[in-house]
Parts: sequence; C-alpha cells; structure tokens
Amino acid sequence: MVERGFNVKRLPGAALMAVTCFVILYIPMVILVAYSFNSGKVIGNWEGLSLKWYGAAFQNAAFLDAAINSLILATSASVLATLMATMAAIATTRTAKFRGDGTIHIILNQPLMVPEIVLAIALLIIIGQIKQATGYTGLGFLIAAHTTFCIPFAYLPIRARLEGMDLSLEAAAADLYASRFYAFRRVTLPLLAPGIMAGFMLAFVISLDDLVMSDFLKSPGQETLPTYLMGELRRNLTSEIYAISSLLLLISVLIVAGSWVATRKKN
Amino acid sequence: MILSETSRRWVLATPAVVAIMLFSILPLGVVLAYSFLTPGDFGNVKWIFSTDGWFSVLFERDIFDDTLALSDAHLTILLRSIGLSLATTLLTLLFGLPTAWFIATRPATQRGFWLFLLTIPFWTNLLVRTIAVQEMIRSEGVFNKVLLALGIIEEPLQMMFTNFAVLLGMAYVFLPLMVLPVYAAIEKFDFRLAEASYDLYASRLYCLRRVILPLVRPGMIAGSILVFVPSLGAYVTPRIMGGGKSMMLGNLIEMQFGPGRNWPLGAALSITLTILVLVALVWYTRLTSGRTERNHG
Repeated sequence: MVERGFNVKRLPGAALMAVTCFVILYIPMVILVAYSFNSGKVIGNWEGLSLKWYGAAFQNAAFLDAAINSLILATSASVLATLMATMAAIATTRTAKFRGDGTIHIILNQPLMVPEIVLAIALLIIIGQIKQATGYTGLGFLIAAHTTFCIPFAYLPIRARLEGMDLSLEAAAADLYASRFYAFRRVTLPLLAPGIMAGFMLAFVISLDDLVMSDFLKSPGQETLPTYLMGELRRNLTSEIYAISSLLLLISVLIVAGSWVATRKKN
Repeated sequence: MILSETSRRWVLATPAVVAIMLFSILPLGVVLAYSFLTPGDFGNVKWIFSTDGWFSVLFERDIFDDTLALSDAHLTILLRSIGLSLATTLLTLLFGLPTAWFIATRPATQRGFWLFLLTIPFWTNLLVRTIAVQEMIRSEGVFNKVLLALGIIEEPLQMMFTNFAVLLGMAYVFLPLMVLPVYAAIEKFDFRLAEASYDLYASRLYCLRRVILPLVRPGMIAGSILVFVPSLGAYVTPRIMGGGKSMMLGNLIEMQFGPGRNWPLGAALSITLTILVLVALVWYTRLTSGRTERNHG
C-alpha cells in the first residue's frame, strides 16, 4: 500500500517550474501593454499615463488601411479555405479505401510540410511574373496564397470531427426516406458544425498571424497589420507600435475567450 | 448525374487539391527548377543550366586562385539553424514538461483555467510576441533597466543580435506548441500505473524513468517536432532578435532574393531547408509508427 500522504501525482519542483513558465510567458506581454499607455514618444521610456497612442493609431490612415486589408484577407481566405477543407474532409472520411485517397491526404497536408519562407519565395517567383504580365496588383494574390496555407489548418479539426461522428445517425435518416442531400443538410451538417467552426477560427487566426507570406507577396503600398507593424519597427520606433501590438493582443484574447464561452455553454 | 463513389469523392476534394497544387506544389517545382539556373544581373534568373547555385550552398570559389573551400558563412548559418532549433526544442521541453505535468494534475475544474492561460499566447500574433521579448532584453529594455537600477551592472548588457537572443525569442514564441501535446499525453496517463510501481517498491526516479516517461514520450516527441520544424524555418523571430549578426537559414534565403540577387542560390537553399524539415518529419513518422507496432505486438 502506498504510504499515507504520498501523492503519486506530485512531481517535485513541477509547480514551481510551471508557475515560472507562466510568469515568463506573461511578463513580456504585460509590459508591452503597459508601455502602450505611455505618453512618451520613445518606446519603453515611461513619461506618464496616456491613451494618446491609441488615439494616434485610430487616426493613422496607413494603420486603418492595413487593418481593413487584414480583415478582408483573413475573412476571405478563411471562408474559402474552410469551404474547400469541409468538402475535402467529407470526401476523405467515413469511406472504404478508394483510388487515390492516400494521394489526396498527402496533397492536403503538403503546405504544413514546407517552411513558410520557402512557400513565400516559391510564390514570389510565380506571382511576380503574373503581376508583370497582367498588371493586376490587388489583394487577390494574397487571398489565394493565404487560402492555400489555411486549407490544412481548417481540414484537420473538420476531419477529426467527422471521424468521431456516428454513422448510424445518417443511416437512420436514410431509413426514414431522407434524400441524400436532406440527410446531409439536416443531420450531417449540424453535427459537423463545431468542427467547421473550429477549422474556420484556426484558419482565420493563422491568416491574421501571417507576416512572411504577406511581406513577400504584397504589392507596393499594400500592407496588412503584421507587415505594417514590421515596417514601423524598421522605420519609426514610437509608442504607437506598442499600442497597435496591444490591439492585436486584445483581438486574440477576445477570440480565445469567445471560443471558451461558446464551448462552456454547450457543456 | 450518376457518378461512381470514387469519382464523387474526388470531385468533392478537387477545389482544395487544385488550390494546393497551383499555389504550393507547382511553385515548389519552379523553385527546384530555378536552383539549376544562372543568376540574372538584376535578380531573377537567366535560363542557362548551372549547378553553381547548389555548389554555393556549402562551397565558395576563391576569386584569386579559383580554389575550392567550404563556405564559412553558409556553414555557420546552417549549423546555427540546426543548433538553435535543437536548443529551442530542449529548452521548451525543459520548461514545458513540468508545466504540462502541473496542468494535467490539477483538479478537472481548474485545468480549464490553466489551459486558457496557455491558449492566449498560443493564439497571439507571433510578431507581437517577438516584439514583447525584444522589449525585455534590448539594451534600453526592462531587464537592463532593472539590473541598472539595482546597481548590479553599470553598463547595459548587449543581449540583442546574438544567438542567445534568437534562442530566447524562439523558445518564448514556440513554448505553447510544446506544452499542449505533452499535456494531452500526461492527461491520458493512468496514475494507477504509477501507484502500482510504487507498491512494487519503485523509487520516484525509477517510476518516472520506467513507467511515466515511456507513456508520455509520444507527447514529448510530438511537441518536439512541433517546435523543431518551425524553429528550423523561422524567419521573423531571428530577423528581429538576431538581425544581420545571428542569421538563420530563412534569413539567408530571403537575402538571396533581396540584396544578394542570387535567386538560384536562394532556391537551392530553400530546397535544402525543405529537405531538412522532411527528414525531421520522416524520422518522426518512423519513431511513432514503430511504437504503435510494438504496442500491438
């Protein structure tokens, strides 16, 4: 018998390391946010409490343009990627092996196996030529690139959800004379919805997070939030950078909290 | 429209497959082709076959006597990329394992809270998190300010643009990628097994080494690959933390397409990086599939 008071789940030092770990994770972010309320212009040089850099950011046309671009880009890329990934996930699950299923699987995961910088260079070569040939310099290129690397991220949770689903429900729908389409719309799709939502959110955040791909493929004058922030980091180091960074941080906190509340409610 | 089951499935998968073929696989093919061409005068390439790009990945020709030598600069960057990625993996494992253990052994009602705390940095913009670490260690940054105020140092420590800065930055941004899979493995661990081993007079260390670690190892391997692969291809973090002084492969590649104006070399370096990542992934697949076979056998 294990002696009294002996806890098998105790690992000496684990709690201390874990707390250190969380402190290390949060201190830099907390300090960044604190400095965003600095009234001084020089970053990291505290002069007093002020909201002026948030005000400056919201009056800064370049920042607002970048924010709008990021929003359009992340929304269209994640919607397109989720749509394609859902179709692909339905095609590759709940089936006996079919000709080429291994190939489809490898292709769908391929963007995950290649470093982002390599993919960015590869697309730069091709898209540079298309830009020259057609003269089109819009967001289309970025949307296509983002959609592509978002597909595997959207695909994985949707596929996982489908694999865990009970086939008998659809069989029951079919027994009750539901047409294939009706069964899909009224049985499969509602059950699949949490997976689709998870895939969509992952794709959205991955697209919003991307700097490398956008930095290489953007046309002159075109900025997304991360490329704008990177540019400012090179050009003028003012406290506005920390205000913008804090806003991006706020977006992720809202997304995480939102999904948290959504899953909690269901449970 | 009557389609066979196979073609119906192929039709459904087509949009995703076509998008990835067009915007990922085809461009990679172009990169491979470009690595065998001649650099153009103002960037781009001339369509003349050449293996110079591949040659320059590791070697350089002396401009005076035409002798061959290993390219010190490229070799340093290659070794640094591999070394820093391994160090990042070890460092995140060192901090990640106890953290994952801590979260997994909390009562079920508290686990959610700790996971929530871990998910926020995980979903936060990588550039923002890199800027946050930079603020900590730059010469006018928080760390130096505190040390100066305490009188421990008289001159600010120059920590930016060193291997240490890159390692710190990468470990910071990739840490959640290590904790989550290790946590998933520990959470599934049946602690009655540990209890049984203690009943059989195993010491704490023996139990950890022979009972817990073997069962948690798949999670550790998954976490390691999740950290190692993006570290190897990292571009943003080494660029900010390492600058021109502590470049990694990703930055060297970018340089060839920018000021370096040697696209074939950049293309050859890109393929090299991709191969390194694939080797890591194949090693991972081997390791994990071997394990399941043994479990069944």
